[in-house]
Amino acid sequence: MAAATAAAHVGARTLLIEREEALGGVLDQCIHPGFGLHRYREDLTGPEFAHRLVGELAASGAEVWTGSTALELGPSRPVARVVGTAGLVRVRAQAVVWAAGAWERPVGALLIPGTRPAGVFTAGLAQRFVNIHGLIPGRRALVLGSGDIGLIMARRLYLEGIEVVGVLELRPFPGGLLRNVVQCLHDFGIQLRLSHTVSTLHGRDRLTGVTVVEVDEHGRPIVGSEEHIEVDTLILSVGLIPETRKIEPWVSLDPINGGADVDGWFRTRIPWLFSAGNAVAVFDLVDTVARVGERAGLAAARHARGDLPVGETVPLVREGNVGHLVPTSLVPGVATTLFVRARGPLPRARVEVGPGVVSRLHVGVRPAEMVEVDLSPEETTKLASLPEARVEVRPA
Amino acid sequence: MTKAIVCVACPVGCEVAAEVVGGEVTRVSGNRCPQGEVYARQEAVEPLRVLATSVKLVDGARPLVSVRTDRPVPLRLIPELTAHIRTLSVCAPAEVGQALSHDLLGTGADLVATRSMPRAAPR
Amino acid sequence: MRVAVVGAGIVGSLIARELARYEADVLLVEREPDVGWGITKANSGIVHAGFHDPPGTALARFCALGNALFEQLALELDFAFHRCGAWVLAFTPDERRVLDGLLNQGMENGVPGLTICPPDDVLSEQPYVTPDVAAGLWAPTVGITEPWAVALAAAENARENGADWHVGEAVTGIAVRTGRVQAVVTDRGRYAADVVVNAAGLWADRIAAMAGLSEPRLAPRRGEYILLDASARAFVRSVLFPTPNPHSKGILVVPTVDGGVLLGPTAEDVSLDAKRATETTAHGMAVVRAGATRLVPALARMPAIHAFAGLRPESSGRDFVVGPTPVRGFYQAAAMRSPGITAAPALARWLAESISAEFSLQPKSRFISARKGIPRTADLSAHEWDALIERDPHYGQIACPCNGVTEGEIMEAIRRGATTVDGVKFRTRAGFGRCQGGSCADRVLAILTRELCVSPEEVTLRGPGSALVADRVRP
Repeated sequence: MAAATAAAHVGARTLLIEREEALGGVLDQCIHPGFGLHRYREDLTGPEFAHRLVGELAASGAEVWTGSTALELGPSRPVARVVGTAGLVRVRAQAVVWAAGAWERPVGALLIPGTRPAGVFTAGLAQRFVNIHGLIPGRRALVLGSGDIGLIMARRLYLEGIEVVGVLELRPFPGGLLRNVVQCLHDFGIQLRLSHTVSTLHGRDRLTGVTVVEVDEHGRPIVGSEEHIEVDTLILSVGLIPETRKIEPWVSLDPINGGADVDGWFRTRIPWLFSAGNAVAVFDLVDTVARVGERAGLAAARHARGDLPVGETVPLVREGNVGHLVPTSLVPGVATTLFVRARGPLPRARVEVGPGVVSRLHVGVRPAEMVEVDLSPEETTKLASLPEARVEVRPA
Repeated sequence: MTKAIVCVACPVGCEVAAEVVGGEVTRVSGNRCPQGEVYARQEAVEPLRVLATSVKLVDGARPLVSVRTDRPVPLRLIPELTAHIRTLSVCAPAEVGQALSHDLLGTGADLVATRSMPRAAPR
Repeated sequence: MRVAVVGAGIVGSLIARELARYEADVLLVEREPDVGWGITKANSGIVHAGFHDPPGTALARFCALGNALFEQLALELDFAFHRCGAWVLAFTPDERRVLDGLLNQGMENGVPGLTICPPDDVLSEQPYVTPDVAAGLWAPTVGITEPWAVALAAAENARENGADWHVGEAVTGIAVRTGRVQAVVTDRGRYAADVVVNAAGLWADRIAAMAGLSEPRLAPRRGEYILLDASARAFVRSVLFPTPNPHSKGILVVPTVDGGVLLGPTAEDVSLDAKRATETTAHGMAVVRAGATRLVPALARMPAIHAFAGLRPESSGRDFVVGPTPVRGFYQAAAMRSPGITAAPALARWLAESISAEFSLQPKSRFISARKGIPRTADLSAHEWDALIERDPHYGQIACPCNGVTEGEIMEAIRRGATTVDGVKFRTRAGFGRCQGGSCADRVLAILTRELCVSPEEVTLRGPGSALVADRVRP
């Protein structure tokens, strides 16, 4: 929505294609607050944040198609084949912004031994059942994964009267925002077990329980630590993966982000194709997603009017403690904000881009919260002159 | 007595200690900024939270409308508030921002819809 | 003339279809909540060539014949079948000699096109195979299919030709008097029958025992599988076999008809009564990944999307148990271990002809041999799809984004008998993709609730006891 609004505002004829009937994507099911603190200086719920953007979109003059799915994109030209209840349509444009969000890693990808019963849900699916369809997934639940969505769902299920026996986290630190650890778990006495995971599923038709096990620093189960827990519901928060289905044959994907490689304009290696939001890398704040969406929309509009030159970009190389990194390359002479996610927590960290170009001190770096580094046009030009431009997060 | 509080005002997560004597905060330490002091003072005495949940929607396009309290309410009242909200129902259509219930359990907080929801389409 | 076929897997459904060509009342009875949910839905999906089978066995006899029938059958019944061919890979001189044996065996069994190729040829056809491969046996007639789709198609076609099918109904007894079949008794009723065909998969030993027969003696063998994401398909063009051992064909790498890659199976004998031991194990899955990586090293790092296990009906004789029995009217179509899927069409035809000869059945004057499947919008031309949407706008609403399955297809699946989430999945592929239902399970449940006029708590994943949701948030 932010991309379409921005593009329309600078005069581009803009079409937003959305596969659901409602606008807002995952915001529609995120009925909890925590959105908009930066963008609107208010603590809004997901639907309220979406409502603001819908209003901005409507005012921008962009055209909107809901209940419409893009079947094919490109590859050689910015043409999309779209299907809806009115039939199939081919849409021709000069630029495309791919902002299809992210999908959840399923239980099957974890290869947990045991049975395959009903009662296992990814957190987002459980969230839709509860908040959109008004359905309770089960009576007694365990949450696997302490990412934000797992923490949020622990609270949501608890508030709807489900017994939440705890949250398990494979790593020795929580995956989600500190605010959520406090307000979803501490507030309600829901136990968080770090360095734990599920090693077996039980129950043929419906889940009857799981075997929980402690893991060592390499994530390997510690023999003898097995414990059987009776639950009829397992909620999984084990990874969000950028949705790149229609563009992945044509673009290069960053293996750590999961989404397309994009430069300071959020442009992929295909000059007319831009990508932003969780489709590039999973962000922590929707406010940031809206910002990058705007930037991509503006860039796409400029490209559409022939005003965004294609030139050499500067690939960024990750060093040390750097996980997600957006964008993955820079356009020399163009101011860019880097979004960096650390792999492990550091009480004091130095975020360096260079070597020797930018060095910022950050207190309390956590994987759950991305760090921002603003690069001026001069700094991006300087980085272009280095043999290799590196981004590093290390203890200070 | 001393309460240990993790401040969530910013991502640093300072561990703040608040001394509480006779229901009043006498001393706050461990915070790295003034926001931490403000947060800790409230949290030590009466933690407040915005409660977000759903209300039954009658004749709506969906069975529920998402709601939240329009201001933070005492954490200790959340079980009671949740039980009370479970008894409410509202007729479609609902409008975002619409107050569905006023002064919940005497907290002074209204319950507002966070999403508009039209009536169900005829089958 | 009344015929009861026990078991609506691929074997039973094809037999019911063949029998529906004759003037006879055909009843197909299935204990699971849907057609094709036993062995049929948990195997490698391979249509074998026939070189693995010892000459003179029923395996050998029906495999090559069945393989040859698949193309025509796929056209008639409208299911996916792709003759992608297979390589049996040898890595040592001993294994190379085994290939020679397979080649000879295959030729004896009437398998066309078998050739043994040197490493260069193997690698030019399959560039991602382990470089130290010593030789490869190329079998062009090997294909891949979705066995449950074959079962569903055959059952639907049988019904269109007058057969009746019951699901969720278990046979509890076979009435036999003076050495002849009288009736089939189930947990819902008693049906007079002159002929009973035992196509009951893992339960065939129990059904046979009900008729007083001691064959087949079945020992379930578990096979664990790992399904890889479609991104792994770049590394696999044909079915890849290791050199077989006396115990099993080995861990295979199998491209699937819907664009994924299937690895497996293991071959583990489980206890004789463990008819439902379909759990996966850490050890089994590790063996699968290692076996597959031995053939195609790149698969080691390919993400998995699902793992499952199936049971196969090994018998003491290591051969099919098929044909007439001392009990008049009772026929076996049992112990259909690998290559049971492949053999099924040929076996069904042979068995139906035997029964019709024995009981002097008249062929029907009109048999509708063609069955159209649920339209797969992802495979339609723009023109065909547009026309479909014009007739029913639900075909323009994508419900499963991974596989592009529309709401219209899901509604048609329900019309054709799906009553569960898995029933929808196996008929439409909704939930089979990369996200394994994470994006569509709620939508499928909503459509089932609406179309079947039931409450959401009544909708199950795969039958009684597997409800997806417990209650409403605000009852």
